[in-house]
Amino acid sequence: MKKNLNGKIALIVGVLVLCIWGIFGASSGVTGKDLTEGLTRRIHLGLDLRGGAHLILQVKVEEAVTAETNNTAALIQQDLKKANLSYTQVIVPDPAKPQVIRVEGTAPASSNAVRTLLDSTRYSNEYNLDSVGDNAWTLTMKQPVLTALETKTVQQAIEALGDRVNALGVSEPVIQEYGLGANQILVELPGVENESDIEKIIQGTNRLEIHAVVGGPYKDEQDAVASVGVGGSLPAEDELKSFTPVIGGSADTQSVYVLQRVSVVAGNDFRSADPGTDMNTGRRNVQFVLTNEAGDRFYEYTSKNVGRSMAVVMNDQVREVANIQSAIRDRGEIVGSFTQDEVTALSKLLSTGALPASLSQLEKRFVGASLGADSIHKGVTAAIVGVLVVMVFMLIYYRGSGINADLALIMNLVILLGIMGLSSALTGGANALTLTLPGIAGVILTIGMGVDSNVLIFERIREEVRAGKLPSAAVDQGFAHAWVTIVDTHVTTIVSAAILFMFGTGPVKGFAVTLTIGLLANLFTAVFVSRVIFDAHLNKLKPGQPLSI
Amino acid sequence: MELFRGVHVDWLGKKWYFLAFSMIFSVAGIISMGMHWAHPIGGMRSPVPLGVDFRGGTQVQVKFQQAPDINRIRQAVAAAGIKDSTIQPIQNINEAGGNEVLISLPEQQDETSLDAGRKQIVDALQANYSNPFTVSKTEVVGPTVGRQLETKALLATLYSMLGMLVYLWFRFQLIYGVAAVVACFHDTLITVGAFALTNQEISLTVIAAILTLVGYSMNDTIVVFDRIRENLRLSRREALPDVVNRSINQTLSRTVLTSGLTFLTVLSLYVFGGQVLRGFSFALVVGILIGTYSSIAVAAPMLVAWQEWRGKRGKATALPAAKRTRV
Repeated sequence: MKKNLNGKIALIVGVLVLCIWGIFGASSGVTGKDLTEGLTRRIHLGLDLRGGAHLILQVKVEEAVTAETNNTAALIQQDLKKANLSYTQVIVPDPAKPQVIRVEGTAPASSNAVRTLLDSTRYSNEYNLDSVGDNAWTLTMKQPVLTALETKTVQQAIEALGDRVNALGVSEPVIQEYGLGANQILVELPGVENESDIEKIIQGTNRLEIHAVVGGPYKDEQDAVASVGVGGSLPAEDELKSFTPVIGGSADTQSVYVLQRVSVVAGNDFRSADPGTDMNTGRRNVQFVLTNEAGDRFYEYTSKNVGRSMAVVMNDQVREVANIQSAIRDRGEIVGSFTQDEVTALSKLLSTGALPASLSQLEKRFVGASLGADSIHKGVTAAIVGVLVVMVFMLIYYRGSGINADLALIMNLVILLGIMGLSSALTGGANALTLTLPGIAGVILTIGMGVDSNVLIFERIREEVRAGKLPSAAVDQGFAHAWVTIVDTHVTTIVSAAILFMFGTGPVKGFAVTLTIGLLANLFTAVFVSRVIFDAHLNKLKPGQPLSI
Repeated sequence: MELFRGVHVDWLGKKWYFLAFSMIFSVAGIISMGMHWAHPIGGMRSPVPLGVDFRGGTQVQVKFQQAPDINRIRQAVAAAGIKDSTIQPIQNINEAGGNEVLISLPEQQDETSLDAGRKQIVDALQANYSNPFTVSKTEVVGPTVGRQLETKALLATLYSMLGMLVYLWFRFQLIYGVAAVVACFHDTLITVGAFALTNQEISLTVIAAILTLVGYSMNDTIVVFDRIRENLRLSRREALPDVVNRSINQTLSRTVLTSGLTFLTVLSLYVFGGQVLRGFSFALVVGILIGTYSSIAVAAPMLVAWQEWRGKRGKATALPAAKRTRV
């Protein structure tokens, strides 16, 4: 009885065509060069094969929290002063708990007034107030506010990193949150050749701020304290900052300013900034635009302080001191004795947004492109040798049926690569399955383990033939019996691959991907395709002719 | 061509030899792990040499234009005041004179200066050793990540075994699952022991290889178990040891063939895959041999031993043939 296999053969041919399209795309020609080009466009290579850098960064969110609470602490001091309430100090006492502000030394008599002030909506929206003893208070940032601030900090860091990476011209970078709520960022930069480029991206956590100037310049700190200080020390709401006129200027030109601790405008308030030249003086400047909210704040401040000075602070040093000539809302310029490079650097820094907190590296892996190419070469050599050894062996051991197994094996590989290529064609490359060096190892292992299905089936068919069954019955029984075992063995391997995928990182994930796809494809090729080939062969077999196995 | 046709080997009769063989290798591995534990490297206690993934630290792989002189490199690095560095040439089996050297520094506790080690090495070589070079690979792993990865690797191995146990429980019977997991554990132990014995580092990719090995060893065991289950249903009166022996013999040809072929592909990976995959392919080369052995010599005898133990206690003497769930 002959089976009609046309439908099944059409399906197999369809899958093959789809997968070959997946691997090479609509190749412009059939020369080796065209095909390689299509292949490299489709198969998405991991960092270990194409070269590049992989970083895991820790965002020091506590810095952003400290900056926020310090700013609030300074606000509290201003408010207490305005309300004529006495205090000794307002500080963030514990660096390990930057969300706690402590107000100390308020007068017991005015305790109620202090409570009313600290519990006003100006603070109570964001802080919980507790009184500690008679004359001290703590304000603790509310958990949701704290979490929101941390999330925002990480997001800002991701945005800032993204801008910098784009400026570097890296294609297909990955910058995303990493881990669960640990404030970590994963950065992947394919094709980066120079490690110092990577450093540039991470560094420059420069916080740029504008502060009101209380007094200065003074020639040194003692001088400053003597002029502004009360009783040998500065008021707590003020701080000392040294002045370096040019970015990276020498120390002997330093002088000291006393500034208000609360900043008027901070790094994230800048919407854009461009290098320019001052119309009147011809000096280089940076023209900036503030965000709406910061613009309002800046207008309120500048309109009240015309004639006074403000200082541009970067990296904890005063870069420029300017006289406020008129109220400024959201447009302004920073003029200073800058070089062209510095103006460009500063404006880029401002428009990309300074990092809201510094970053530390938890992990860094860098692979040069030549090592990657070398790895591809070695991996492919190993794969070809592996495939050839297996195919030759199957031919020798199973003779005619060996051809069947070899066809199935080749199709297995075509489907595996095809699915990887299709994933990149369908998702536009963004979520493509990635081939890594361990991934190539996964392909090689798929060959070894995939051929197991054929061996299981063929051995079973041989047993049935030995038991005296006719070829068609033997093939039937062989497939039926082996099928159960094949499912069991595939499930267990895919279970370990799935767990690897969940726990693994980068290269190891690539291994889990190829192994899983390879084994799933194997279910199709070793069972379905191989069966169709057998049936087609049986159709042609004359009665009484034995099966070549 | 056919091998192993009509084999009649009494596998269970050799169980004491198997036990002795397994014990020798397991104990050798355990002793070697104990030695590593007793001699911590750079203050890190670990039963096996750990790669930079888990241990943390800095590794810079440098490719020189001319053949490098390890002693000169050592001097160059020492002259820059870098302490505790290890410098080793990278051996490639099939290409001599790769001119590549691996320079490692121990873990840096301070994560803010994590990248400093790499810079120091590169600067030192530039300043003190006049042999042009390019950095072909850098790996810097801080203590936090190292520890996270360590936990992840352990969990992954455990979960994977647990997953298999549950699957086998569902598909066969609990005792089949237990026997298979014991066999897998045996394979993992001996493979890890081989790393300790040969003083090779365990990295993340090696863990991937070990997990694959868990799946692979399970494959082999399942093929034998499937046959035992089938034979038990066909001949209920035959004694269990005979059924098990027959099942092993019937599947022997497949077991040897598949293992042989997988072994050949992995061997090709070991020989041609280059230094990056050396540890990975080593684990698979060892693991496939042991995994094949264990499905015959550990898992199946365990089934019988359990049955005999139950028989002595007067419980049901027949191993459940298990429900046959059709798939």
